[in-house]
Amino acid sequence: MRGNEATRQQRTGLALVSPALGVVALFFILPMLMSVVLAFRGKNGGLTFEHMAKALDLYQNDLLFTVAITVLSTVGIAICAILIASYLTLGGSERTRTALRWLYRWPLFIPFIVTGQVMRTFLAKNGLLNHVLIGGGLIDPGSAQSLLDWRGIVIALVWKQVPFVTLLLAGAMASVDSQHIEAARNLGARRWQVLVDIVLPQVRGTLLVGLVLSFVTMLSVLSVPMMINPNSPTLITVDIAYRINTHGDYAVANALCLLSLLLAAGGAALYLRHAVAKAVPAA
Amino acid sequence: MTTARLGRVDLLPMVTRGFFLALIAFVIFGPLANLVLWAFAERWYFPNKLPNEYGLSFWYRVFQPRGNALASLGTSVWIAVLTVLFSLAVAVPAGYALARLRLPWRAGILLLFLLPQAVPNMPVYVNIARVFYTIGLNGTVAGVVLVHAAHGLVLAVWIASAAFAAVDASLEEASRNLGASPWTCFRTVTLPLAAPGLIASAIFVFLESLDEFTGTYFVGVPDVTTLPLLMFNASMGGNYQIASITALLLLVPSIAFMLVVERFLKPEVLAMVGR
Repeated sequence: MRGNEATRQQRTGLALVSPALGVVALFFILPMLMSVVLAFRGKNGGLTFEHMAKALDLYQNDLLFTVAITVLSTVGIAICAILIASYLTLGGSERTRTALRWLYRWPLFIPFIVTGQVMRTFLAKNGLLNHVLIGGGLIDPGSAQSLLDWRGIVIALVWKQVPFVTLLLAGAMASVDSQHIEAARNLGARRWQVLVDIVLPQVRGTLLVGLVLSFVTMLSVLSVPMMINPNSPTLITVDIAYRINTHGDYAVANALCLLSLLLAAGGAALYLRHAVAKAVPAA
Repeated sequence: MTTARLGRVDLLPMVTRGFFLALIAFVIFGPLANLVLWAFAERWYFPNKLPNEYGLSFWYRVFQPRGNALASLGTSVWIAVLTVLFSLAVAVPAGYALARLRLPWRAGILLLFLLPQAVPNMPVYVNIARVFYTIGLNGTVAGVVLVHAAHGLVLAVWIASAAFAAVDASLEEASRNLGASPWTCFRTVTLPLAAPGLIASAIFVFLESLDEFTGTYFVGVPDVTTLPLLMFNASMGGNYQIASITALLLLVPSIAFMLVVERFLKPEVLAMVGR
């Protein structure tokens, strides 16, 4: 009788979930798998490595550039997010914390496409950044330069993604047992020691989740590199769009797509290794 | 003596704190200020620090009746509304099942919805555009809605599930014990109590759709021009004023939401997200 009730519940549950699952399967998972197939399918339908070889040959530089930019941005995001989140958790002044909490979130709600436009004006040679630096006497007008190259992409990505990781991280830090922190403080630990020895080890998992999600998001962004630096070297999202819009070349585009999936898988593998390493001693 | 020393010691950190806060404020608001300047610049030539001339003529151009921008705004809002309706229609039952019923592979199902946010999206858009082209969905509102919905579904399902999980189950039991049918109980007890969370998920999906660029760029061409696409085209065409004004239009709903999000997303619901 109870077993029947349980199977009935399972069946109802699956029926209720299936429309939503169907949407994700049809309009996300299926096209993603197509990418794997089309990257290796020759003209006559046979297996070929021709597209992959062409993609690697033509876009080798951009692939390396993409790895460098996304890794550099991820490191930048990690540093900024740790600094902001730890001040929000451990910082001394209540008023500064309130102000910082209000300030740091803004880019979270600003779309990537707007971020691209905003940075396109701000970082240009004639942008506000250079004018403020010149006005403040930090650089002389002759040495003002446009930052709309790889630096612009990194700045835009970090600017946009830091609040997301900070939000997750500050939440995790707030739930670290305050008794641990107080005990360490009472034993004479300095604030940065508390951060490094007590707080960071406990929130490492959350930080990694945030960073991996950010890393993947950055691999998907098309608008920011297109608006800030569309010429080579640039991110492979731009190359994929170019392959399709200019050449109608879905084969090489899909080979590049598959490579971006592999990059993301690399990031995810790092996270999984951490999750497994953490789960093993617990078990 | 003691007070004087304390005063000196406190002053330095205060100045440092003020300096860093000002620096962060500049990093956050400097770029946005540049955008606002462009939106009101009539003319702005190279060596000038500030616009040569301010004015509203570009605003008139954006808001003129039957102008491109208003049409795109209409398209964007229409697509976002349809995406919300479609997403909630499939996410509410799914969220309820995930929160209340005993489901096999529950964690796996939750993760599956996360996939569109955890995997690079270019492979999906490239191929879905090609499939939609062969079945006549490319360049249609329906095609764009489907792509936006698949991407936004994780927010809708996860938040809906959290909202249902946060509803006190004993209230449902009480209504059932008093003789309410499962459907009446859901409609009169569970749904109203979960409503704030569901509204929050609707707003998230709405904003995500409103701001989406890449999917629309591939699937919407050539007939569906949303506001982000219009902004992109204006910017690439060198028309910074139109681009900046459309960017500001896109910012208004997002910022407004930022200021009210905590009213809809209660901590007890937030704590259940992803559980």
